[in-house]
Formats: sequence, C-alpha cells, structure tokens
Amino acid sequence: MSVVEIKDVGKTFEGGTTALEGIELAIGEREFVSLIGPSGCGKSTLLRIVGDLIRPTAGTVRVNGKPAPQARADRDYGIVFQDAVLYDWRTVARNISLPLELARWNRRRRTGRVQEMLRLVELGGFESHYPWQLSGGMQQRVSIARALSFDPALLLMDEPFGALDEMTRERMNLELLRIWEASGSTIVFVTHSIAEAVFLSTRVVVMSPRPGRISDVIEIDLQQPRTAATREEPRFFELVTRVREALHLGSDLDRKLAAPAAEAQP
Amino acid sequence: MATIAAEPRADRRRAAFVRSAAARIGMLVLVLAVLWGFWEGYRWLWIREGWTWPFVVDSTTMPHIHDILAALFRKPTSGTGDILLVQLLHATWFTAKEALVGFALGATFGFLLGVALSEWRLLQRGLLPYVVSSQTVPILAVAPIVVVYLGSLHVAPWFSVAVIASYLTFFPVTINTLRGLQSTDRRALELMRSYAAGRVSVLWKLRIPAALPYIFSALKVSATASIVGAIIGEAPSSIQEGLGGFIVNFNQYYSLNPENLWATNLMAALLGIAFFVAVVIVETIVVRRAPENVA
Amino acid sequence: MTTAPVAVQPIPRGTLAGRVGRRALDWVPALVVLVLVFLIWQESIAVFHIKKFLAPQPTAIASTFWTNRHELISAGWFTFQEALGGFAIGCGLALVVALVLARWRGVGRALMPYMIAANAIPIIAFAPIMNAWFDPFSKGSKMAIAAVLCFFPVLVNTLRGLTSVRPQSIELMRSYAAGELETFRRVRIPTALPFIFTSLKIATVLAMIGAIVGEYFGGAFTALGVLIDSRSTTFQFKEAWAGIGVACAYGIAFYLALALLERLTLRGVPSTDD
Repeated sequence: MSVVEIKDVGKTFEGGTTALEGIELAIGEREFVSLIGPSGCGKSTLLRIVGDLIRPTAGTVRVNGKPAPQARADRDYGIVFQDAVLYDWRTVARNISLPLELARWNRRRRTGRVQEMLRLVELGGFESHYPWQLSGGMQQRVSIARALSFDPALLLMDEPFGALDEMTRERMNLELLRIWEASGSTIVFVTHSIAEAVFLSTRVVVMSPRPGRISDVIEIDLQQPRTAATREEPRFFELVTRVREALHLGSDLDRKLAAPAAEAQP
Repeated sequence: MATIAAEPRADRRRAAFVRSAAARIGMLVLVLAVLWGFWEGYRWLWIREGWTWPFVVDSTTMPHIHDILAALFRKPTSGTGDILLVQLLHATWFTAKEALVGFALGATFGFLLGVALSEWRLLQRGLLPYVVSSQTVPILAVAPIVVVYLGSLHVAPWFSVAVIASYLTFFPVTINTLRGLQSTDRRALELMRSYAAGRVSVLWKLRIPAALPYIFSALKVSATASIVGAIIGEAPSSIQEGLGGFIVNFNQYYSLNPENLWATNLMAALLGIAFFVAVVIVETIVVRRAPENVA
Repeated sequence: MTTAPVAVQPIPRGTLAGRVGRRALDWVPALVVLVLVFLIWQESIAVFHIKKFLAPQPTAIASTFWTNRHELISAGWFTFQEALGGFAIGCGLALVVALVLARWRGVGRALMPYMIAANAIPIIAFAPIMNAWFDPFSKGSKMAIAAVLCFFPVLVNTLRGLTSVRPQSIELMRSYAAGELETFRRVRIPTALPFIFTSLKIATVLAMIGAIVGEYFGGAFTALGVLIDSRSTTFQFKEAWAGIGVACAYGIAFYLALALLERLTLRGVPSTDD
C-alpha cells in the first residue's frame, strides 16, 4: 500500500495563479522521495497539500490510505520547516513534547519519549535549554525530534537544511539518513540542492514551473546505507548530472538557451 | 546567537555584572545631578535677569529642590500629627491599593476582551471602534458620577476609584492582546494545523504565549495608567485619603506651601515608576525570550 | 519561502461601487451595537428606575445638547484649541529631541531608561502646577500640561522607531556612501513613521485628557472641562452628560484626523494599531 497517493492534483490560487497541475505520484513505505525544482515550481505547495495545510483545487490526496484531512486529524505525519519554528518560550524538551501534549499523552510517557528523541538526534543534556541558546543545526535537530516524537509513518520536510551552512548541512544529511534508518518512516523532502536530493533519496521527483508539473522521476540506485564516501562515487556524479539535465529540460528558459547551441552541433 | 559552548566563567561574569551595575548607578547619580543643576541654574538665571517668559520664576513657582525635600520632614502647620512624609506614604499606599485593584480588574478584562475580539471577527467589527473611542471619554468628568452611582449600590468609594482606574487600564491591554494574537507566525500556525490542534489548544499553547511580549508592553503602559486613573478618580470625588485628595488639598494652599504639592507629586512619580518596575520584573520572570527579542 | 507563493494576497476586484459597498458593510456590526446600546440604555432606565440624575436617557441628553448646542460646541472648541496647541508643542518637541538623540545614539541609549521612567510617571498630577506657572484662565496653562503629557510617549516611540532599523539597511546606505542626513531621510524616518503615528494617535487622547484635567484645577468659564465640572457639582447631570458627549466627539474627531493622516502618509504600510 502506498503511504502517499496523489491523483491528478491541481492548485489554483485565488487571483488565478496556477501553482500545480495534473500531479500524479505514489510514494511507498520506507521510501525517501525528494521534490526538486526551481523557485515557483510548486514543490512546497505540493508538500503542504499532502499535509492538508492547504487544500488542492483539483484531484485527491490519500495518506496511509485515508483522505489527507483525515490523516492530519489522525496525526499520521510529522512536518519540518526550513526554519525550525521552535517556540521561544518552551525549552527544548517542552518543544519536543508539544505534539505529545496535543495528543494527550500523560506526563510519564511524554518524558520517556522526549528522552528517547533527544538521544536519537544526539541532543542529550540540552533538554532544559531554550531554542535561542542553540545553533541553527541544533535547532533543526530539535525540530526533527519534534516531528518524529509521536512516531508518524510519514515525515514531510520543507527545505529543512536550506538555512544551514554547507558543512553543517552535509553532517545533517548523514544524521537524517541515520534517523530514517532507525525510525523506519517514509520521508518526503523538498530541496533546492541537487546533490542533497541525490545523496538522500531513493527517488528524486523533478518539477518544472508555470504551471507546476512533474517533469521527471529518477530512481536513485546508490548503495544503502550511504556514507560520506557515497558523495565521491562515480555513480553519484552520474545521477547528479541526470537530475541536473532533467531540471534544465523542464525549464522553458533553459530550453530556449540550449536550443541554438544544440543546432550548432553536427 | 549565544551558544552554550562558550559559557563565561562565573567570576568573570560576576565582575562584568558589578562593573555594569556601577556604571548604571554612576549614570543615575549623574542624571539626577544634571536635573538638579538644570532646575537650580534655571531658577538662578531667570530670577537674576528678571525674565518672565514663559512664566515668572520665584520660590512659589519653582521652590528649591532642598526645600521640597525638607518639606517631607516637616510637621503640619497645625503642629500636631505626623510629618508630611509619613502622611504621604499613607496616601501613596491608599492610592496604590486603588490602582492595584484597578490594574488587576482592567488587565483581566482587557485581556479577555482582546482574546474575544481576536477569536470572533464579528465581535471585533462591532466593538473595536467603541473600544478606541472609549478612551476619549473624559473620565475625570465621569468619575464623580461613577462614585456616586456605585456608592448608591453600597460600594466603598476606594473601590469605585479602582473601577475608574480599570477603565484607563484595560484599553492598552485589549489593543495589544489583539495585535499580539493576530501576529502569530504563519508557520507556527501551520505546525499546529499539522497536529490537527483544536482552537483552544492553538490559543493556549501558541497564540497567547506568542502574544505575551505584546501584552507585557501594554501592561507597562497600563501600570502608569492605573495610577493616573486612581489620582484623577479621587480628585473630583472628595476622597481625601489618597494622593489625588492630597493634590486637590495642597493645590488650594499652593501659594502658601508650594513645596507640599511638589512633594506629593514626587511621591506620585515614584509610585508610577515603582509600578512600572514591578511589571518589568514580572515580565523578565514570565517571558523567557531571546534577549534581542525583548522589546 | 523561495517556492510558489503559499498564500497569495487576494487581489481586490470588482467595481468601485462594490468596494465602497463592502466597506460600508464592515461598519454594520458597529452600527448594530450602537443602536442596541442606546436602546438598552434608554429602556433600562425607564424599566429599572435607575436614578435619572446619574444616567439620563440618551434622548434627554440629546435634547439638552440641542438646547445648549451653541454654548457646548464653543466650549468644546475652546478646550480643543488647548489640546491642539499642547499636542503641537509636545509632539513637535518630542520629534526634534528624538531626531537629535537618534543622531547621537550613544547619548540616546544612555538616556533611554530615564525617558522610559519619565514615561511611567503619572504626569497628570502636575496639572495644578501648570496652573500655578501660567495664568490658569489662559489657554497656555492647559497647553503646557497637554504638551508635557504628549511629550514622553512620542519621544520614546519615535526614538525606538528611528533606532529599530535593520542593520543591513544601514549598511546598504553606507555602501552608497550616503551621509547621515540621507540615511535619516531614506531609511530611519520611513522606518520610524508607523511608530510615530501610533504614538501621535495616543497623544491626541492624552492632549484632550490634559486639557480637561487642567481645566478641572481651574480654568476659564468658557472651557468645556469647567462647564462639565460646574454642571455635575450642581447636579445638572443632563447638561454634564451632554458636555461629556461633546468632549468625546472632539476627541474622536481628533483621533480620526490623525488616523486619516496616517492612512494618507503610509499608503501600503499596514497600520500598527487597531
């Protein structure tokens, strides 16, 4: 059974902008799917539609076999934004336990789970710090711990590492893969970075703008588990090149720029 | 961004604290000295030159600062009773009590109204214009009517004054609560939505905590407003025990003893600052926020 | 957010008449409340025998206003002039001082706690002293108290606005080799404008309070505050209430005038208040 099933989804905003059109995508259990595309291709919008944070104007979305609103009500997914969106007035531990409070877990169960999550994201000992006392990477780890705390089958991530520096970002990528292994969840991941998408994913979904469409889906057959060395394999570079070409093909501007050059070649 | 990695050593921190405290006290002394110098210098120059613009300077209009301070330790002209300072402390306590009760009433009502206005848009449309225009009502003129009316319901006069004080207190709290509740970060709201959180949870766990800095900046304004309300509530209502009563009284004998009115106003000023500082202290305890986010 | 707009501002559509109609519709709930309050006030006095002298029926107040309209409106105008004069002096001085303190920020930062403390003082207590300094029967004494009341909130807010500019904006101006004056004109003052208008709107209310409280401690017989006070101490509550109504009307008009000025000045910038 698919964890996410998107059928002919479209979204037109008030005022007439068509953000998405004819999106078809099925995501299976334990998959790691990246949505990649230039600004304005609607990848964040698609992620939000899966999470029922906004409603599509056409088509249907099913999560865990249920309509998206039902899945949200059943708390079937966790979400991580580009900014950590931690509550300034709550400590790290209380930020992680927020969804558990909303799900009416009792205090003992909450404390146990928060400790477990802190270990998972390697932030043990930081539970009584406030978010503003942590670095950007640590904040984002708290945000991931919060998203995973209630054991959702699905993790939605909207450019979670976009605001981090390159080195932190690569470390966070490895960290995320470890967490993915350990938690056994399915991940839908929005990113700008081709290398990040290839390194992390089992499948990369390439999107193109105006209106937002899926222009290509690329299987990433790199060996699991991936390590820092994966980034240096020839196959990694091949796949990066494939995704890059798919991205450029999807862009009207690039097509126009590329066209005369292609003709000139014999 | 303060990271915990580089925790300064306790003794270094203490030294820095002592240094900054010393600098602050030094600054306070300097500012008070400059103000004193200004006052006495202005007096001296205007009297020597005989200038009458913008007003005639003499010992009635601008008594010496040391005379005002000395007046605090003088017994009343009748010769019996406590020195002025003791009388004023009683009056200050009386007014503080009215203001405190008025502040509590007004802040509670203002907060609840702010929450209601933000939760129900129709209510906001219907009431907000009147919330704003309520503050143009000259409360001083209404005060005696309120005191007489509540008196006819067997309400103690000091409590009527508290009600008047609450009228000036609630407004900033309502406006800032509303503004704070409406300015919640959009993604923080999306997060709550992703948890399928109910309206009450969103309000309680997100909107209200996020609005706290706004609410506290209103409470700081309201702290003073409650004292203003208490003073101008007492003045026309023939309530003698508080600072407002003292001001009315001493105003009548201003040409005889101008120092008394100045001394009373000094107490009123100190009371205002004390209320303000009290709110600031509660704020630093309640609102745990990044230092740069504290307005 | 770098991807597709997640929430697009709805573009205002429809004809001008339609838009005006919708704006008028926004005011319907407020009107309903107004009518309801007057009805309840009118009827509850009749039904519950609330002491008529304390809260006369709105219709009685209205008819009293009508018979005394010339006296009331001119008394209100007298008081309004005091408030306006004090407002102009206090706000003008506050703006100048704020600009100076924002130019020499070290001084401004050092003095900020004292200005905040001054803002916490119930300055209204000084109203009688202003009457001792200036002729209590002149407008000047009321302008003085109104000016002092307006001064500190405007000063604190303006200074906060002038200094809450994003550092990048200042760096950008530096990169253009813009002088201090240019930086004020292009960055600091525009950033501060919403703060300034918020405080000016507060100051309109304070100026009216200052004028009326000042009049309570002695003022010309042609002043509204004196009129209300003398009527209510002689138990002419209908006249007192009519006077209160006039004071409200002037206060609301003053506030709305500033709100309108704000709207015209800050086109496109959302109001920071109500």
